[in-house]
Amino acid sequence: MAIDVKVDKEIDARGSHCPGPLMELIRAVRSAEVGQVIAVLSSDTGSKKDIPAWVEKAGHELVGVVEEEGYARFVVRKAR
Amino acid sequence: MSAAKLSVVVFSGTLDRLAAVSIIASGAAAMGVETNLFFTFWGLAALRKDAHRKWRHISSDYGQEGSNLAKLMEEKKVPSWLEVLRQAKDLGRVKVYACAMAMDLMGLKMEDLEDVVDEVTGVASFIETSQGGQVLFV
Repeated sequence: MAIDVKVDKEIDARGSHCPGPLMELIRAVRSAEVGQVIAVLSSDTGSKKDIPAWVEKAGHELVGVVEEEGYARFVVRKAR
Repeated sequence: MSAAKLSVVVFSGTLDRLAAVSIIASGAAAMGVETNLFFTFWGLAALRKDAHRKWRHISSDYGQEGSNLAKLMEEKKVPSWLEVLRQAKDLGRVKVYACAMAMDLMGLKMEDLEDVVDEVTGVASFIETSQGGQVLFV
């Protein structure tokens, strides 16, 4: 399944362990403009729970999660 | 963000436990939780500038498994606990306190410790700071 949205920045955090991918995502979202879309690739299984939990808490939008072979791609829109 | 608060007494100085502390602190920082880490005894000893690079202590509770784990963490290039703690501080509200009593005992000064330390403090002020939140002893 592909996500039909223009991604402004993609971060490859595969191989980075918990909480690395989440930390990289947070940094990218902070430096982005409101409305921009960030994608992060993570092979850390904890990300599947952690990234959606953070996105909700921080008040952004989880555009989608795509499962790939050995990793997942999280697409997040900065909402505020 | 929320008014949640987490305070951790970091008594242990073994790398496995310090890794857990820094990861928990990162998660808390990410989730907007006010986080206070109070380093004392072996935890404080691990914060000495001259200790960090050669500090290899790992919990002996699990025998050989412990050193296997340490090797694995090195091979998989898991960032050091101190690096993870720095990132956590960078990202959220994480404060690092050094126990004054343990510092006196070990003859340490602020400048002997890694730059992640915000303040030297006593147990009473830690109790005050941690009031109303969750407290962990590691």
